[in-house]
Amino acid sequence: MKIAVLVKQVPDTYGDRRMDPATRTVDRGSADPVIDEINERAVEAALQIKEAGDGVTVTAVTMGPVRAVEALRKALAMGADSAVHICDDTLAGSDAMQTSEVLAAALAGRDFDLVIAGNESTDGRTAAVPAMLAERLGMAQLTFLRTVTVSGGSVSGERMTGNGYVEAQAPLPAVVSVTEQSAEPRFPKFRGIMAAKKKPLQTLTLAELGLPGGEAGGENSWSRVLDVTARPARTAGTVVTDDGTAGTQVAEYLAAAKLI
Amino acid sequence: MARTGTPPTALELFGIDGLLSDDELAIRQTVREYCDGKIRPHLADWFEAGSLPARELARELGSLGALGMHLEGYGCAGMSATAYGLACLELEAADSGIRSLVSVQGSLAMYAIWAYGSEEQKQEWLPRMASGEAIGCFGLTEPDHGSNPSGMRTYAKQDGDDWILNGTKMWITNGSIAQVAVVWAATDDGVRGFVVPTDTPGFSAPEIKKKLSLRASVTSELVLDSVRLPASAMLPEATSLRAPLGCLNEARFGIVFGALGAARECLETATAYAREREVFDKPLAGFQLTQEKLANMALELGKGMLLALHLARLKEQHALAPEQVSLGKLNNVREAIRIARECRTILGANGISLEYPVIRHANNLESVLTYEGTSEVHTLVIGQALTGLPAFR
Repeated sequence: MKIAVLVKQVPDTYGDRRMDPATRTVDRGSADPVIDEINERAVEAALQIKEAGDGVTVTAVTMGPVRAVEALRKALAMGADSAVHICDDTLAGSDAMQTSEVLAAALAGRDFDLVIAGNESTDGRTAAVPAMLAERLGMAQLTFLRTVTVSGGSVSGERMTGNGYVEAQAPLPAVVSVTEQSAEPRFPKFRGIMAAKKKPLQTLTLAELGLPGGEAGGENSWSRVLDVTARPARTAGTVVTDDGTAGTQVAEYLAAAKLI
Repeated sequence: MARTGTPPTALELFGIDGLLSDDELAIRQTVREYCDGKIRPHLADWFEAGSLPARELARELGSLGALGMHLEGYGCAGMSATAYGLACLELEAADSGIRSLVSVQGSLAMYAIWAYGSEEQKQEWLPRMASGEAIGCFGLTEPDHGSNPSGMRTYAKQDGDDWILNGTKMWITNGSIAQVAVVWAATDDGVRGFVVPTDTPGFSAPEIKKKLSLRASVTSELVLDSVRLPASAMLPEATSLRAPLGCLNEARFGIVFGALGAARECLETATAYAREREVFDKPLAGFQLTQEKLANMALELGKGMLLALHLARLKEQHALAPEQVSLGKLNNVREAIRIARECRTILGANGISLEYPVIRHANNLESVLTYEGTSEVHTLVIGQALTGLPAFR
C-alpha cells in the first residue's frame, strides 16, 4: 500500500506573522518557516497505518520554495520513506486551484492508494486543496477526520461536524484530511534524523511534471488578494464584576456574540 | 537572525547556528520541541512538589535516543559530541534536573559500563538503559568525601569468589528509581567499580528530601549493608580512581553546554520581560542600566557557547584533555549562575516566582556549581595545568 502525505512549510505560528503590503502575500521574513503542525499530524496518521500494516510506504509531498525541503526532511525524520519536492520559481503566489492542479500532476500515475493532508494550512486557511485534489484525481474524499483507519480496501474515520462526529468510510483510493484533533505527532528520533538524509528525495520542476509554466503563479491565479489590512490592535476587554449576576452577564455577552 | 520585526536573541546575535550542521540543528530542534511539549508545562509543579515522573520521562527520552546518545553500539544512538552537548543544553534550558537525569544515565552509569564493563555487563544493561527501560545511578560521592574521593570509606571485601560491599554514598541522582547502580569502592587492590542490581539484598536508596535546588530531580543516599556480589559484578577494565574520574569528565562535558541552556532561558525570559514591563512610562528594556545588564549577559552567554562548541569539536577529534573540560565547566557554570541571578533582578519580585523559570534555574545552578567537581577544584585543575604545581592539598 502506498500513502502520500501532503506537507506545507508555513510561517511559525509562534512567530510574529505579518503580510507584506507590497506583494499582499505573507512576509516570509517575519517568522521562521516550519512544517505546518497539521501536516505533522497527517504524517503521524500515515505512520500509524504503516506501523499497523505490512508493506506500507509513506511518501511526503510538498510544493514550495527551496527551503520547503526542510519540511520534507522533518517528515522523513519522523519516519516517511521518501519525499517529492515540487520546486519551481514560477509557482510563487499560487492559489488553491493552481496548487491542487500541480499536486494532482505530481501524484497521478504513482499508484497512491491513500493521500493524507491536513484539513487546512495555518497560513492560507482555504481548507480547499484536499477536496480539489480528490476531484482532480478522481478519488473519493473524506475530509475533517480525527481518526484514520485502513482495512481491506477502504479507509474510515470519525469526521468532525459542528455538533459531534459521524463515522465515515470510503473505498480506496481516497484523499483524506485530518483535523488538529487527530493523533499527536511523534518527535523525530535521533536515528530518524540521521536516516532521513539517506532517504530518496525527488525534486521536480513544472516542466518535469508536464505542466505549462505560463499558467502558474500569482499572476495567473484564479483568486486575487486586492488589499491587505493589518489586524486592529487589541482593545481592552469588558470587565464583569460579580455582583451576583456575573454568570448571567457573561452568558448574555456570549449569546449576543453568537458564541453559545 | 534575519527575522524582520523581532530583535535577535543573544545566540542569534553571535551567529551560533552558522557553526552547526543541519543534523545538529535538527537534533537540537527535536529536543527543544520535546521539552516545549512534554517538560516545560509541568516544571513549576514538579519543582514545587519536589517530585519528578522520572521513569516515564526516561522512557520518552530513551525513545528519542537521548540516553547514552554519544555512545556507539548496544542500542545507543552514536551521535557526535556537539549533538550531545546541544541536547544537554536544550534539556537544561528546561531544567537542570532533567539534564541531570540524562547526564547521570548516559555519561556516568552507561558510560562506566560501556567503557569499563565486560561484554556480558554491556549486553545485559546498555540496551535497556538506552531505551529508558532501566535507569542507572552512579555512586562515588560519600557523606564525608566529595572533592577527595580517594578517601572513600565504602569498602569491598573479597569472600571466596564473591565481593561484599559496605558503605554509604550520598547525593546520588536517580538513586531511588534506579534498577542498577555503578558503585565505586575501595579494595585491598585500589578503587574498583561494581555493577549492582538495586534489588540485591542489603542495597537501599532512601530519597533525600528538604532540597531547595534540583527539586525536579531524584536525589538519594545509597546504603550498602553487606551487599554480596558475584565476581562478574566487578567492572573488569576499571582498575583505579582514574576510571570514575573518566566518567565524570564525560558528564562535565554535558554540563559545559547544559549550564548555558539554563542561562539562555533566563536571559530570554528577562529580555522579553524587560521589553514588556513599563517603568516610569517606558519599557524597562529602554533604560541604560538594563541594557548594560542584557549586553553583558549576552556577551558571556555567547562566549560560553563558543567555548563549548570549541571543546566539542576537540572532543570529536579525540583531542579534549580533562583540564580543558575544567575550563568549560568552571567558566560556563560560573557565568550561568551570574546570568540567572542578574536576570532575577530584572524581573523584580516576579523573579522569585515559579511563574517564571529564573529563580528555579538560579537555585538549580547552585548545585551545578559544586557537583561534578566544584568550581574550586576546577580552578585548581587549571592552576596545575598552567604551573605544573598541584595545589589541591
